[in-house]
Amino acid sequence: MIDDATVRHVARLARLRLDDAEEAVMREELSGILQHIDAIRAMDLDGVEPTTHVIEVENVLRPDEPRPSLPRDEALREANDVVDGSFGVPRMD
Amino acid sequence: MGLRDLTAIEQIAELNAGRVSSLELVDAHLEAIARDDVQAFLATDAEGARARAREIDAMPERPPLAGVPLGVKDALSTRDIVTTSGSKMLEGFRPVYTATCVARLEAAGAVVVGKTNMDEFAMGSSTENSAYKNTLNPWDHARVPGGSSGGSAASVSAREVPWSLGSDTGGSIRQPAALCGIVGMKPTYGAISRYGLIAFASSLDQVGPFARTVADAALLLKHMVGQDPMDSTSLEWPVDIEVPTATDLAGLRIGVIEELMGEGIDPGVKAAVDASLAKAEALGATIVPVSLPTALSGLATYYVLAPAECSANLARFDGIRYGPTVEADNLLDQYELTRGTLFGPEVKRRIMLGTFALASGYYDQYYGRAQRVRTLIVREFAKAFEGVDLLASPTSPTVAFPIGDRTADPYSMYLADVCTIPASLAGLPALSIPCGLSDGLPVGLQLAGPAFSENRLMSAAHALEQAIGFNTRPPGLD
Repeated sequence: MIDDATVRHVARLARLRLDDAEEAVMREELSGILQHIDAIRAMDLDGVEPTTHVIEVENVLRPDEPRPSLPRDEALREANDVVDGSFGVPRMD
Repeated sequence: MGLRDLTAIEQIAELNAGRVSSLELVDAHLEAIARDDVQAFLATDAEGARARAREIDAMPERPPLAGVPLGVKDALSTRDIVTTSGSKMLEGFRPVYTATCVARLEAAGAVVVGKTNMDEFAMGSSTENSAYKNTLNPWDHARVPGGSSGGSAASVSAREVPWSLGSDTGGSIRQPAALCGIVGMKPTYGAISRYGLIAFASSLDQVGPFARTVADAALLLKHMVGQDPMDSTSLEWPVDIEVPTATDLAGLRIGVIEELMGEGIDPGVKAAVDASLAKAEALGATIVPVSLPTALSGLATYYVLAPAECSANLARFDGIRYGPTVEADNLLDQYELTRGTLFGPEVKRRIMLGTFALASGYYDQYYGRAQRVRTLIVREFAKAFEGVDLLASPTSPTVAFPIGDRTADPYSMYLADVCTIPASLAGLPALSIPCGLSDGLPVGLQLAGPAFSENRLMSAAHALEQAIGFNTRPPGLD
């Protein structure tokens, strides 16, 4: 049901590097799981609205007043690479 | 019988009576955690816990939770204490803030002793998807404790802590509670702030308590509920959570979900659930069959919605701001290698499944349809609650299964959540109490109620718990 090209496409969208063996396993497993999930594709859902949030809530707003935020050195303390007080990353091609 | 066999409420009484200090209690539990026979903990904070216990012991008046030790699922951030969510992606990560629910419990006098093992990013039903180790079921070390909050459940069952926190997306508190023979509760969606909970599926995730009694679970819940400015989905809680004292079920109508009592439910599980329903009847409840025709479609619905949401939530793990990195010459390679290397197989599977379900060309067929099936399930619960106060079913279709039994077939693992998923999809409060044994292993009874019915739910569960009289002590525990 899912072919190799779809697996590679989805892995790229998800930013996951899979090796060839993982791709093959993923194709089989996703196809197997989707067979079960397909049950909902056969259901009659005419006129049924989607649910996105189960408990009714209203937008929560707070006064737009400046507040102290996380100190910069704390925000950066777990980073792999810090450059000039910012997160460092390798070049983008 | 020692200090560790006392319930949390009994421990609080001992502390307030001056018969034991928080430091003694914390030390007694830390000693058991140091051995950790069931491999429930990923990290301990002995020094911090002992310091906090001393502080509480020195207070002129003890705070409500009095200095009782607490275990915390590793999905909840704890400042300066390594928090991994069971993943190599966060190996060594020390959060810069503490989750609101943990901070509230600490302020109320709970002492965090450590972080408990879990399926990676809470994805799993056996804790075997932890990137670090398997947690063992205290009733039989060859079996799983359930999951994803398996460490939190096993630690309470094995008396390494009297109570703990878990998170429940499709059953990750209730199912391990059932498999370990303890109480586990998932409150109404929005009851507890999720600020500091490492997100899995945000339309479903809820924090909740594990304990050995319903009263203990209620006390822990009482100190966590309520609105938090840091989580816009958290709700102002309408009434105080009460520690239950009911002794009967007079006038209570309990509906038994027919779809979750038939095929696929182990006979031993069904027998224990039936026996506990007979006890409920003897306590004055009316037991009626109720149909939720779409309940069994919940599983397929969940395995579209939860992976879809996780694929978005886990996009933040890129190895740049925290956690380890697999270095490469350019950014895209670094993202792909870091994520491809450090996520485990189940997490990758779910990210792939969710990305697929949200991808252009598939969205309407999968995600869109799943959201509409969810509407049907919400409606069916609402209709059922027009005729009954609570709904009952098994918590898990089976007792604890052997380690390794289901790891080769992902869908067989997913089936472990078939009974717990419907209430999750509807955002309803639900809990599991131990209701008997099958083949010497605990069986859980699940009770669910309408949104905000926590007090009635726990009151009924407490009365039934007394009538059942389940001994939560696993045989062979030292």
